[in-house]
Amino acid sequence: MKLLAELVLLSLTTILANNYVLVKFLGICPFLGVSKKVGTAVGMSVAVTFVMTVASVVTYFVQMLLVHFNIEYMQTVAFILVIAVLVQVVEMAIQKFSPALYGALGIYLPLITTNCAVLGVALLNVQESFDFVHTLVYSFSAGLSFMLAIVLFAGVRERLETADVPKALQGFPIALVTAGLLALAFLGFSGMKF
Amino acid sequence: MSNLKELTKGLLKENPIFVQFLGMCATLAVSTSVINGIGMGLSTMVVLVASNIIISLIRNFIPNKVRIAAYIIVIAGCVSAVEMALKAFVPEVSKSLGIFIPLIVVNCIILGRAEAFASKNGVVKSALDGIGMGLGFTLALCILGTIREILGNGTFLGIQLFGEGFAPATIMILPPGAFIVLGCVLAIINLITAKKERSDK
Repeated sequence: MKLLAELVLLSLTTILANNYVLVKFLGICPFLGVSKKVGTAVGMSVAVTFVMTVASVVTYFVQMLLVHFNIEYMQTVAFILVIAVLVQVVEMAIQKFSPALYGALGIYLPLITTNCAVLGVALLNVQESFDFVHTLVYSFSAGLSFMLAIVLFAGVRERLETADVPKALQGFPIALVTAGLLALAFLGFSGMKF
Repeated sequence: MSNLKELTKGLLKENPIFVQFLGMCATLAVSTSVINGIGMGLSTMVVLVASNIIISLIRNFIPNKVRIAAYIIVIAGCVSAVEMALKAFVPEVSKSLGIFIPLIVVNCIILGRAEAFASKNGVVKSALDGIGMGLGFTLALCILGTIREILGNGTFLGIQLFGEGFAPATIMILPPGAFIVLGCVLAIINLITAKKERSDK
């Protein structure tokens, strides 16, 4: 029971108070790049959440191997390799088993390799020395926090299309200021004590 | 002459942050103070120069199909070396930049330059391109860091600028400030370029 409560807390903190995109600044590139429409934002974040969770599980065991052979300094190289291979495998698997889903996610899948949120989660899991269950919950919540941020932001941006924005602010600058206001809202959660 | 151009284009004309919008994660996260900006900028520059040189040296041996994977391995190797060097020589910087040092691997600037420049050009040019882009990145980080540190903390490079009564706008060094400052700086750059174009006509 105590473990369950702790895991729920960890998950809520990761999604709200320590939001990956808006508070920790991980995964900003896709956050700004594929947030023009809600539909694509949902597709991208589902793919990211999936890869993130699987990558964290795999890197958990890779880290054990690294520690066993005393080569922790290879961490960065090993992790990025695992993620790159994994993204490729996931891409092929989805293509084979669910062509419909592949059609919807296709172009976003390769982009995930260079999404710093995925490598970030893998590294943070090690830094926080989470056990297996915590790793699983933490990385899944990280994916959800990415989803929450990008879907909210896409919703705002869809409305921004029709807004009358000063010329100098059009496009990228206004998107950044909007993200800033969104981050301000999320800052409110950090005052919450769970 | 053309070599000089490779060096200077990264500073303003093709500035990685302000013009190409690359490497946003690191930019937003570490621009809380000038010193962090310099640390991150220089580390990225070292990786960029090293990876550009190596990739341009081996560019003719890499099969086209696995080139991205090969680039990532080269970059990851360089980043690991820089990470260890920082930990050994400047532990404070390494601590305050934290997880963003290993995350240089996935910084789009580096892979972007490898793919767009180093894989097509000679060693000298690639090295100069790396230095230029690295300096441009550092410059942009310093500008953002200066604004955020002065507004958010009332200091510059850790030196107190205002009197005792100054109440800093802490929000500027918190995450929302990063987005807002970068948005405003980009808007100002847009204004200046628009004005310049008008006066050119």
